[in-house]
Amino acid sequence: MEFIGRIFTNLAAQTGFVNMFADGPVAALKTIIMICIACLLLYMGIAKKYEPLLLVGIAFGMLLTNLPGSGIYHAELWYAGAGANIDFGAVLHEGGFLDILYLGVKLGLYPSIIFMGVGAMTDFGPMMANPKSMILGAAAQFGVYAALLMAIALGFSGPEAASIGIIGGADGPTAIWLTSQLAPDLLGPIAVAAYSYMALIPLIQPPFMKLLVSKERRSIKMEQLRPVSQTEKIVFPIMVTIVCCLILPSVAALLGCLMLGNLWANCGVCDRLSDTVQNALMNIITIFLGISVGATATAEQFLSVRTLLIIVLGLLAFCFATCGGLLVGQIMCTLTHGKINPIIGSAGVSAVPMAARVAQVQGQKDNPSNFLLMHAMGPNVSGVIGSAVAAGFLLAVFG
Amino acid sequence: MEEITIVEGLGVTVLGMAVVFGVLVLLMAIIIIESKVIASIENRGKANAAPNSVPDAPAPAATPAPLAKGSCGGVMLHDVPDRTAAMIMAIVADELKTPLNELRFISIKEVK
Repeated sequence: MEFIGRIFTNLAAQTGFVNMFADGPVAALKTIIMICIACLLLYMGIAKKYEPLLLVGIAFGMLLTNLPGSGIYHAELWYAGAGANIDFGAVLHEGGFLDILYLGVKLGLYPSIIFMGVGAMTDFGPMMANPKSMILGAAAQFGVYAALLMAIALGFSGPEAASIGIIGGADGPTAIWLTSQLAPDLLGPIAVAAYSYMALIPLIQPPFMKLLVSKERRSIKMEQLRPVSQTEKIVFPIMVTIVCCLILPSVAALLGCLMLGNLWANCGVCDRLSDTVQNALMNIITIFLGISVGATATAEQFLSVRTLLIIVLGLLAFCFATCGGLLVGQIMCTLTHGKINPIIGSAGVSAVPMAARVAQVQGQKDNPSNFLLMHAMGPNVSGVIGSAVAAGFLLAVFG
Repeated sequence: MEEITIVEGLGVTVLGMAVVFGVLVLLMAIIIIESKVIASIENRGKANAAPNSVPDAPAPAATPAPLAKGSCGGVMLHDVPDRTAAMIMAIVADELKTPLNELRFISIKEVK
């Protein structure tokens, strides 16, 4: 009888309820708040369909890591202190399930592999048919640097400000890749902000389109794009990789994977590989990336004023990125005597293909016979390259 | 480079935007040159192939068939049956609330 009683006592001592109050009522309250936030994010992902493929995984990872006593993620193994190296031996010996998965984030593997799938799914044809649209993709990166400046003004360190700024690139894998290198303690809030705002682009961008571009200009019809030959599509990823990696070697992993995926899709002799990176591999890595990024959002890291600042700065980064693209779109519209519809500039914020769709929808509201989707895809996909270049630059400066 | 002042941040911003613009403008130039070079190579290839194919080429049709009244011309179908193409064009016209004879379809291709 005494033996059974001991088993019950041990079991009771191991439950999450006891562990929750082990560090006092404040820690318990923080845990409850984190569980509520995780449930809210699950609701946003499932019911509101905000980037569900990643947000559901991130939210569930957040839920798992905040359930007391589970021991599947150990923040202390990853944040040894400023300047201290991570003891990967300790991670392998003492780490839990999510610690092992998090290795792929920390080593920059998942974002790069996801970029392979993104590259295979992306058609750079509209950009190659209208290369001028690349300027719009560059202009939209203004959001990255505007947020960087604001973050510095609010007291964030250089690497932290760079990681916050890259939210403005509106590219989840790029944001995770840069943040995991520069400010891993901010990974949770930055990933949540990046993916949440990407899902909110249809709400964020149209007011700026109406504010900065007149109805007359929003109604401009653009000329049909020229067809792009397969040879051009094959040469393009090779040329981009050579040029960009020679200028910014720090971006080689990210951009190299993007272009390799694109080459597989276009070369015509690697259909099986292209199919794998677009579907099976992409899905597997999305699972690993989501839950391991969510796991970093522990109560100690997430529940702070800094998280609120990151959420606000992330929104401002998206707004400035949209405005940057629209304003340069206005300039290009003037210079080309009305041949470019300025609202395609807003698609330069990446977020493929959501931002291009928003430009298409807005353009059609102003002129029902207007089809801007393929024109907006040009700035949209050049925004992906632009944000990767911006991330490579920031890593070179602050890494 | 842990701590950074706002002035240094401005420097990073200007340099960063310059790098982004520089790289993308360079890529733009490369794409323009690449497309011209590839187009000229492909045109040269076609021009070289043309004289050889002249003897085998069928005699050109005297005059193209006259277009039906209100028609905007022909449409190229790639692996799409006529019936499906007709349905697609009707649906597009209905969605756009535009008469079919005011729309121009250039080609319809099945994406596999």
